[in-house]
Amino acid sequence: MEELFAKPEIRKPENIVYKKTDLMVDRPLSYCPGCGHGTVHRMLMEVLEEMDIQGNTIGVSPVGCSVLAYDFLNIDMLGAAHGRAPALATAIKRLWPYRFVFTYQGDGDLAAIGTAETIHACNRGENITIIFINNGIYGMTGGQMAPTTLPGMRTSTSPYGRDVQTMGHPLKITELIAHLPGVEYVTRQSVHTPVNARRTKKAIRKAFEIQKEKKGVGFIEVVSNCNSGWKMTPVQANKWMEENMFPFYPLGDIKVDGKLVEKKETVS
Amino acid sequence: MGELRLMKGNEAVAEAAIRAGCDGYFGYPITPQSEVMEYLMAEKPFERTGMVVLQAESEVASINMLYGAAGTGKKVMTSSSSPGISLMQEGISYMAGSELPAVIVNVVRGGPGLGTIQPSQADYFQAVKGGGHGDYKLIVLAPASVQEMCDHVKLGFDLAFKYRNPVMILSDGAVGQMMEKVELFDQIARRTDAEVISQCPWAATGKPKDREHIIITSLDLDPAGQERVNLKLQAKYKKIQENEILFEEIQCEDAEYLYVAFGLSARICQKATDLARAKGIRVGLFRPITLFPFPAPQIASVGNRVKGILVVEMNAGQMIEDVKLSVGCNVKIEHYGRFGGIIPSPEEVVRALEQKIIGG
Repeated sequence: MEELFAKPEIRKPENIVYKKTDLMVDRPLSYCPGCGHGTVHRMLMEVLEEMDIQGNTIGVSPVGCSVLAYDFLNIDMLGAAHGRAPALATAIKRLWPYRFVFTYQGDGDLAAIGTAETIHACNRGENITIIFINNGIYGMTGGQMAPTTLPGMRTSTSPYGRDVQTMGHPLKITELIAHLPGVEYVTRQSVHTPVNARRTKKAIRKAFEIQKEKKGVGFIEVVSNCNSGWKMTPVQANKWMEENMFPFYPLGDIKVDGKLVEKKETVS
Repeated sequence: MGELRLMKGNEAVAEAAIRAGCDGYFGYPITPQSEVMEYLMAEKPFERTGMVVLQAESEVASINMLYGAAGTGKKVMTSSSSPGISLMQEGISYMAGSELPAVIVNVVRGGPGLGTIQPSQADYFQAVKGGGHGDYKLIVLAPASVQEMCDHVKLGFDLAFKYRNPVMILSDGAVGQMMEKVELFDQIARRTDAEVISQCPWAATGKPKDREHIIITSLDLDPAGQERVNLKLQAKYKKIQENEILFEEIQCEDAEYLYVAFGLSARICQKATDLARAKGIRVGLFRPITLFPFPAPQIASVGNRVKGILVVEMNAGQMIEDVKLSVGCNVKIEHYGRFGGIIPSPEEVVRALEQKIIGG
């Protein structure tokens, strides 16, 4: 392989079969090695590139690990206050109805502090795309318990495991959202294998197409890992995610064409 | 002459927003300012000018809607009253930090806490000294009439965009609710999206191929960078302080004594000035119209030639601190305040002058 790369005659545009999208800013990501954020960023930007809507898209980043998403995504973006991205997106879309508008949020942002904004933006049926990264933990602040932390799961604020009697139950906000009439499409995906990453990309594309058709909210949950917060290697974290997160947060479509999917397809 | 109408202060704010070419209003009901959104919904500005009016799920949501829309260069407004404005403080701080233009109307009611729904001026500190976290300033306008409720919306948008800074209109429940004659300014056309894009090159409007992507944020994790942000903000506030002071002097030329009051209190003091002069007391009134920038040099030039100053506020003594910082220590400065929704009468304000300044 190395010999191949050494040959300058091979490095011609017509020989390139795959490359990073130009819609990703050429700078190192701030995410931990093994984290899913980078993959989701790339899937999202590939969709924008394929739809040729880089100049017609305004994104909203959250507070959390992806607070700096705007440094990596080469589009106009606003950094929201913690949990408020759907409020920003609502107003932006109302005042720029022909722009594509999306929020990119973590579980603490979307399902704890921003629950009201999430539910009301969805219930109003705003024509926006919401990308929700669920890794069951507050990554940026150092691994505290999140609204989506699994029962018994250890975090820095549930060091003996999440006791649902005193700490409450994990919130399946995606299932909750799916019941709201303003929501057109709800799916739960992952990016830990190439197959899953491609499914996530398809889901993002579908959500943006829905936005184009002004059908309401497209909501994509991506169940992801947090090897740093979970205190595991990336490989261990992915395995743990498959064994523990997916049974509780099963992958697959939850609502399609405004209708709840009866049997959820579970793919791991 | 513009169109004349008899209107409530809150209605004048709403009509002025439509006429100023406002693109969007986001709000949440709270007494005593609910007429703003009620008027807008009834008036259908979405048909008149294309303006968006949206009832949000909370004041937290409305201020963040404002933040989002302002970040895209649009002309947007919200209104609320004291407890609601307290809820908005985080968002206001973000907007100040990101240097976003918007108009925020506070129709103040008595506090603290749930307080009362009656008028008060107890949010002076919150409006003028920051309110949210971090070193920032709002441009603060203090209307004393329904006419000014109307005019300050237009002025507020002009200043907000001139300096890319949030503007607060610090009104109160009485000015919001009372009806007066108002002369409305003519309709200003809403800017087209192309005009927004060309007039607001700093705004996140969608990245064309030939420019860098725009990021609206108040975050800079590098302390040196964040210090630069702060220095830039402070330089801007200094410029505002030097250029945008507004005030009114009433019967100050021969005054031996001085009332200093803003908003509704100034209206009361205007009457008190007449009553006192009828009794032979030569008193004048100084009314700051901008609370930030505070008319410190102007108050000093009047204040330093009188025998005493009575600062009248519907609070426990807030603007008096700025008056004291403006005027020399040799001038007697006292405060007269009523709280919790009580509006002082002109007669009691005259008595307060006699007791605290002249007789005291």
